[in-house]
Amino acid sequence: MTQPDIILKAEDIHKSFGHVEVLKGISLEAKNHDVISILGSSGSGKSTFLRCLNFLETPTSGKVTVHGEEILVKNGKPQNVRHIEEIRARLGMVFQQFNLWTHRTVLENVMEGPIQVKRESKAEARDRAEALLNRVGLAERMQMYPSQLSGGQQQRVAIARALAMEPDAILFDEPTSALDPELVGEVLKVMQDLAAEGRTMIVVTHEMGFAREVSSEVVFLHEGRVAEQGPPDEMFTNPKTDEFRRFIAKVM
Amino acid sequence: MFELLSYGDAGWGDEILRGLAITVQLAIVTLPVGLLLGFLATFASMSKFLPLRSLGFGYTTIMRGLPEILTLFVVYNGVGLLMNAVLRWWAPDAPPTDFSPFAAGVVALGMVFGAFAGEVLRGAFQSLDNGQVESGRAIGMTDRQIFLRIQLPQLWRFALPGLGNLWINMLKDTALVSVIALDDLMRMTKVAVGVTKQPFTFYLLACLIYWAMCVLSELVLAKMEHRANRGILRA
Repeated sequence: MTQPDIILKAEDIHKSFGHVEVLKGISLEAKNHDVISILGSSGSGKSTFLRCLNFLETPTSGKVTVHGEEILVKNGKPQNVRHIEEIRARLGMVFQQFNLWTHRTVLENVMEGPIQVKRESKAEARDRAEALLNRVGLAERMQMYPSQLSGGQQQRVAIARALAMEPDAILFDEPTSALDPELVGEVLKVMQDLAAEGRTMIVVTHEMGFAREVSSEVVFLHEGRVAEQGPPDEMFTNPKTDEFRRFIAKVM
Repeated sequence: MFELLSYGDAGWGDEILRGLAITVQLAIVTLPVGLLLGFLATFASMSKFLPLRSLGFGYTTIMRGLPEILTLFVVYNGVGLLMNAVLRWWAPDAPPTDFSPFAAGVVALGMVFGAFAGEVLRGAFQSLDNGQVESGRAIGMTDRQIFLRIQLPQLWRFALPGLGNLWINMLKDTALVSVIALDDLMRMTKVAVGVTKQPFTFYLLACLIYWAMCVLSELVLAKMEHRANRGILRA
């Protein structure tokens, strides 16, 4: 039997802000087609950890490996800075606040990365961008500016923008937390479709339904450590730690 | 009166127009110099490196505190002396050169514009949405790409109103170079007044010309602001 490909590996990630240690040594491994939900109450370090994976936040120490590219961090200094941009290009990211570029149209937002970072031709980038926007149901909105769209539509553009880079894995940082309740569904639906087609995803979320139904693995962080980790069914029906039991009781 | 303003030996029309051309040239050459200094001042004052930051803040604080005409005198006389001192040391046999009034005007007005523009641009940078910079980073863009493709295009939205004011101020400040004998619109007007003893006619004409330049600038600026605000919903 062949070992499933390991797409992303984080080893012993520590992060301190001043004297406060937010991440106290977290490790995570994502294999091809994994959908990992990271849960935790606010302040557990889940967003910080996700942001350490593509170095939007520089860990204090630890090692991140994406597709064989390895970045070791010691004393807050990454050892091979040149690989950071390559790793970022391989990991898509979807933000809570969408962070679309307001001065560019929807289509331009999706074309920007492939043209600027991957040096694709305009025609090639446009074809793929149009196909992706079509897929997330925004074919009619391509020439609009982000401010003309609803939050749910903006987040679907942001997902298309991440997909346009043909990433090895996509990081989602609370993708539905800034949305009006009636718009959450349309974004979750797109994410569910991505999971179904075998995309590797790491999702920081408060959507317990998504974590339970869609993800292949759940990681529960508590005070900067992995408190519990496993297949969602097992974890939700039979929590092993008090912390996770209390967490479920609070959010469900 | 129309004879006075006619083109040719009899009237002052051609002299005034040549003065206007100098004024416009001076302002247009000064603008990129001032903008460049403004960006340098902004980058310096936002630097993590303390000496550079002090340099940036020092420049903006000192320049904004000096009367423009004093800056002009210091640049015109001081830089001229300095140039010749360096020249003597570099090539003792070379004849002393003159620092042209035009160059002095560009340097002095550019330094003043740069100091104020530095503050305008710093404010604009701080108003930018950091999330959009992060999404650029997350997609793998370099700092250069992020600056050119995301920050710079959005900067104008916040900076244009302030820069527009500075441009209009600078356009009017060009009149100061008439005191270091640059034949700009202001100086040609004064010469015409001196010769014809018709102050009202010529000063009024100069007023109208300066005012027309400002109105024209406002129109162009409004167009630019409209473009800078694309994609932004107005209530």
